Amino acid sequence: MTREIAVIAFAQTDHRRSTEESSEVELLMPVLHDVLAQTGLKTADIGFTCSGSSDYLAGRAFSFTLTLDGVGAWPPLSESHVEMDGAWALYEAWTKLLTGDADTALVYSYGKCSPGSVRDVLTRQLDPYYVAPLWPDSIALAALQAQALIDAGHTDEPALAAVGARSRADAEANPHAQLRGRVPQGDYAVRPLRTGDCPPVGDGAAAVILAAGERARRLCARPAWIRGIDHRIEAHGLGVRDLTDSPSARLAAERAGAFERPVDTAELHAPFTAQEVILRRAFRLGDDVRVNPSGGALAANPLMAAGLIRIGEAAARIHRGASDRALAHATSGPCLQQNLVAVLEGDPR
Amino acid sequence: MPEVLRAPLVVEFPFTRSLGPVQSAFLTGLRERVVLGVRTTDGRILVPPVEYDPGTAEEIHDLVEVAPTGTVTTWAWNHAPRRGQPLGSPFAWVLVRLDGADTALLHALDAPGPDAVSTGMRVRIRWAEERTGAITDIACFEPYDGEPQRPDGHTGEFEDPLTGIVAPARLDYTYSPGRAQSAYIDALSERHTVGERCPSCRKVYVPPRGACPTCGVATSERVEVGPRGTVTTFCIVNIKARNLDIEVPYVYAHIALDGADLALHARIGGIPYDQVRMGLRVEPVWAEGARFPDHYRPTGEPDAPYETYKELL
Repeated sequence: MTREIAVIAFAQTDHRRSTEESSEVELLMPVLHDVLAQTGLKTADIGFTCSGSSDYLAGRAFSFTLTLDGVGAWPPLSESHVEMDGAWALYEAWTKLLTGDADTALVYSYGKCSPGSVRDVLTRQLDPYYVAPLWPDSIALAALQAQALIDAGHTDEPALAAVGARSRADAEANPHAQLRGRVPQGDYAVRPLRTGDCPPVGDGAAAVILAAGERARRLCARPAWIRGIDHRIEAHGLGVRDLTDSPSARLAAERAGAFERPVDTAELHAPFTAQEVILRRAFRLGDDVRVNPSGGALAANPLMAAGLIRIGEAAARIHRGASDRALAHATSGPCLQQNLVAVLEGDPR
Repeated sequence: MPEVLRAPLVVEFPFTRSLGPVQSAFLTGLRERVVLGVRTTDGRILVPPVEYDPGTAEEIHDLVEVAPTGTVTTWAWNHAPRRGQPLGSPFAWVLVRLDGADTALLHALDAPGPDAVSTGMRVRIRWAEERTGAITDIACFEPYDGEPQRPDGHTGEFEDPLTGIVAPARLDYTYSPGRAQSAYIDALSERHTVGERCPSCRKVYVPPRGACPTCGVATSERVEVGPRGTVTTFCIVNIKARNLDIEVPYVYAHIALDGADLALHARIGGIPYDQVRMGLRVEPVWAEGARFPDHYRPTGEPDAPYETYKELL
């Protein structure tokens, strides 16, 4: 029989434009302590630890090793790292728990975008032969996708501005958000995207604890059970893809079981306004679904943590009874290239 | 609290990449003003070409020449070009489906302004004057209202095909080591060595990083350690490092500074390399104007007994 696994605790930093006064471990430790305190666990009680981050953001090799100081790696612990958003670290931890090798897992991720120029850094994840030598930055690629969506008649600039405004208005209730309240639509960053259509650049960290079966019930009043997770990738050539659609996101949602029953909440990792339009269609979300009540990545987008935060925010809503069934989505790469979907449920009330 | 340090950090690599047969033909073709695509199993022509069918993952290598003219499938106006991008003046990013191709190529379009660009507009390649076999051999696209140009049916075989490319990459950062390490570096510049004590296990870590790696808790109680210390273990370096003006062989050692519960590492000088030993008592030597010790040298004290440092090996 498949084990039931749940998100039982979630913590995140206040996301800010710069945290240069803190090293990686100094940034991370408060959220690690927070999730441990929520569950009463000590690091030595954790069966598996998995983290996500990127050396390219830090500009240093093996930057993640510094954060191990924050988990107290003595006695030696079972640990792994993904050079990805923490949502993919959570996927690894989930599979580890499924095997029965561990009953609890600590998943954390962090991104310090402030030391470098994110627009330039992200060009280094592109095809190194045909694309990266042109240095197309992350906003430029998102703008190509937005224009394709506008040309296809799926949205227009005022509709995109409304997505940004709704996200930042919702973020008013999120003390961790970096951008909240009335944010001007702004000038064009790369047309058709304006600054208001783009995420803030910032630093932040997040942590989640997973537990299996009865262990989860003992440690959490209302565990957010992971009913399914799947992640899919599309061809890396942007010109091969239909940029107005996200078949990888749709397939991941299908395999995660998202379409079996309606969800009431969706936390979508859509750093650009146009990407929310694409994801809403891919996930067939109706107007009755609460999308990004946290404000989403448009309110705070610490790279490598923003996807894990979507899962954490969805889980936290289940923990506090604001949701019974939620879809959480994380993305990576240009123009929604890679997509991960998790379906979370609370016990019936 | 002293100010947190910051300094520019440049990460720069000339990535040397080898090319497979399809990428070699495509990039060699650009050098010769020929654009090649590759035919997939189901007959579509991919430009730029890849070596494996994105649908079936089958190896593909059937090269097909396509035209240097094409149609914009989507675009974005870039009013503020960034370093390394194809044009220095405002331009449009475009995906262009070249005539004869089924997929689109990303590049820049030279146009007077956003009003002159639209999806569906016709464009053609403007070749770079000097071409080396790189995607930048296409200088950019330009608006074109003539007939679709016809390719000559090039086979993709070249006399002097490329086998690799060098792709330079440079990223600029502002590095900041955070509170704990800034304090350590600041103290060093005044010829003091400071560590931090763990509030839980009471161990003193040097250099401090703001956390106890054993207990996983924040450290903040600053403790001065050294300046003298004990060699706990060492190695003899026989290979000369590039740009390092130190004669080999020399000794690199772990040194437990007095009062520290973790050994740091440094070079040992002032003693023949083959006389360095575990337990040797050493002290730092500061070069004029330096912000950190150049090396450690023997103090002349008797060696420390093994029991005093065995936990710090």
